[in-house]
Amino acid sequence: MAERRYLDAIHDALQEEMTLDERVIVLGEDVGLKGGVFGVTDGLFGQFGGDRVIDTPISESMIIGVSFGMAANGLVPVPEIQFADFIHPAFNQILSEVARVRYRSNNDYGCQMTIRVPWGGGVHGALYHSQSIEAFYAHIPGLKVVVPSTPADAKGLLKAAIRDPDPVLYLEHKKLYRLVRGEIPDGDVTVPIGPAAVRRPGRDLSIFAYGLMTREALAAADLLSHDGIEAEVVDLRTLRPLDKTTVLESVARTSRALVVHEDNRFGGFGAEIIATIAEEAFAHLDAPPTRFCGPDVPGVPFAQPFEEWFMPNPDRIAKAARAVVSY
Amino acid sequence: MPTEIKMPQLGESVHEGTIGKWLKQPGERVDKYEPLVEVITDKVNVEMPSPYAGVLGSILVGEGKTVAAGTPIALIEERGTAGDGAPGASAPAPARAGSGAREAVAAPGNGRGAVAGDGGRRAGTRLSPLVRRLAEEHHLRAEELDTIEGTGTGGRVTKDDVLRYLDSRGSRGTVPAAAPDAAPGEPGLAGGMFATPVARPAAPAGADRVQPLSVLRRAIADRMARSAREIPHAYGAVDVDVTAIVRHREAHKAAWRARDGVNVTLTAFVVRAATRALRAYPLVNSTFTPDGILLKHAIHFGIGVAVPDGLIVPVIKDADQRSVVGIAREIDALASRARQGKLAPDDIAGGTFTLTNAGVYGSTVSIPLINYPQAAILSTDAVVRRPVVVGDGIAIREMMRIGLSFDHRIFDGALAMEFLGLIRRQLEEFAPAGDSPEF
Repeated sequence: MAERRYLDAIHDALQEEMTLDERVIVLGEDVGLKGGVFGVTDGLFGQFGGDRVIDTPISESMIIGVSFGMAANGLVPVPEIQFADFIHPAFNQILSEVARVRYRSNNDYGCQMTIRVPWGGGVHGALYHSQSIEAFYAHIPGLKVVVPSTPADAKGLLKAAIRDPDPVLYLEHKKLYRLVRGEIPDGDVTVPIGPAAVRRPGRDLSIFAYGLMTREALAAADLLSHDGIEAEVVDLRTLRPLDKTTVLESVARTSRALVVHEDNRFGGFGAEIIATIAEEAFAHLDAPPTRFCGPDVPGVPFAQPFEEWFMPNPDRIAKAARAVVSY
Repeated sequence: MPTEIKMPQLGESVHEGTIGKWLKQPGERVDKYEPLVEVITDKVNVEMPSPYAGVLGSILVGEGKTVAAGTPIALIEERGTAGDGAPGASAPAPARAGSGAREAVAAPGNGRGAVAGDGGRRAGTRLSPLVRRLAEEHHLRAEELDTIEGTGTGGRVTKDDVLRYLDSRGSRGTVPAAAPDAAPGEPGLAGGMFATPVARPAAPAGADRVQPLSVLRRAIADRMARSAREIPHAYGAVDVDVTAIVRHREAHKAAWRARDGVNVTLTAFVVRAATRALRAYPLVNSTFTPDGILLKHAIHFGIGVAVPDGLIVPVIKDADQRSVVGIAREIDALASRARQGKLAPDDIAGGTFTLTNAGVYGSTVSIPLINYPQAAILSTDAVVRRPVVVGDGIAIREMMRIGLSFDHRIFDGALAMEFLGLIRRQLEEFAPAGDSPEF
């Protein structure tokens, strides 16, 4: 077991997979010589050379389009979108080509591609470097979406994603890069895409979260336990395919559900969780399943007080949880 | 086709009502929401508005009769449906008697404005899917669900409330089903009224006679029996020198009345001191449950008021947030409503602690029963001039005994005496702000 930062875990997974499989190619803006704007790909250019670690022009549509071509020709591309905020020019490539090709080709072609996307707020990144994009992409059939919250999951899920025969959107939270450290199992260990993890068992309500919010929800659970409220915290880890079994079993235990995400509330991923619970766990509910999310404003604000207002924090998550429990 | 009007459910654990007075006679037109009948429950009298517009057909339950909630009490010919099967006869169907928990959801008068005040949780809030399922799984009948005190928002019965109830029911080993000695045709006596069967004595002989229980008397009997049965009571009392307050009050009460329009009684001072003590000792403002001690955040202070044939406990809401004058004014308003029989259901709901003032009747040692399911009850005895040792001398002082009956499961004598001691200290060290009653 080695203790690594979240960012190191991603780096290690890339390095290991590139070592194990020479088809694996890393490409993106500044991923090569610079080693990535966050340093995630630091050293890979030196180790694997410019043919396998490719600096691209600033054109996300092209990055994904080229990766699609690589995959069609037997390579395993791992493109990086420098900030999630800039993925949208590639939306058409992802939606219409990458995610759809297996269906369109009647299973003749797949697209083995992992799109790494640094995302999320709380980093003083303002309107163009803080946004959440998962709701747009989790909506697309044919695309898997994973959101690790711990270094071990960051490494294990990235290795699983690279080996997956189908496209995976890999969301890595920028604030977690240097904030969290954790034990990582030695050796070639993957974390399967799909299963959620119960990070803290509890009896009074289930809090569902992912990414940075898992951490905030766990802190909120500590606050709640001072009041005698035992919250179960479920880290979804994979948004699609969703681990409905774990979600529904948790609600069956606690009878109450709170979903937390930093993405805007309206039409956010939380709505999918709530709808699933309402449809499939109705008879277990003792309170309305509830969301606590980022507000419906067009971006994470820059000014610090406003950014703090935007981002769910443990105090406010605990407050929302108390309201659900006392319903 | 005539539509049935049913006896409404007028509050939690109120299962029956007595027809006081019909305000409309058969053949009279009735508008929707127009007062139709006066209903008397064990707690309050309310005028029931008509849920429908139409013509009162016939009265099924005469004045003075008591029937269970949900019993049809009158028939009304709805406007526009005079002819049977008239097209467009789309009158809302009255709540149908069903079975199981569902019945509790479709309470009579539900959502039709037929119930005054909070009207009990059935009118406002619903049972959650889980509570409904638990009720079905455990064969909880609607009347039984009604007896469960809800701790959720607006008194909603939560999962925990049901589980706690099932737990306590199991541990008591009794299923409060219909009272076995209730004669057929007395559905109103079923359920929580007498959870434990009461021995029915032999028929009166000679000059003995049975005085029927009024609704209020029956409710008091049930509450008191339950308190004595379930709560292990313990007692403590302190003698309090209230000379300073009595003198200050005698000197200024006329001015206070002129200024604030209210008689600031000694009780108001005691309540003010007690609310501070409740804040300092939250265990005294709690309820014992099998899961733990439910500490109540709000301090809703009940005060026993004598009414003909019994006692009723109106509640000063958030008493800790009121001044002495504010408390006095609220006591005055509640007591006068109580004596006039005009308390709304909300006036007597939600109490977390109670004061009984037997002193007004001259009692010098009171040992009251706790107002179930609270943790304690405070008693104030008569203020008596007594010779008291002060320093090395003997003085005549205004003395009052203040006692506490408390649930010994929740706390012990030491805390009870600390609580009483804090009240005593405040009253004895009474230092008013100028000529005001506030301290």
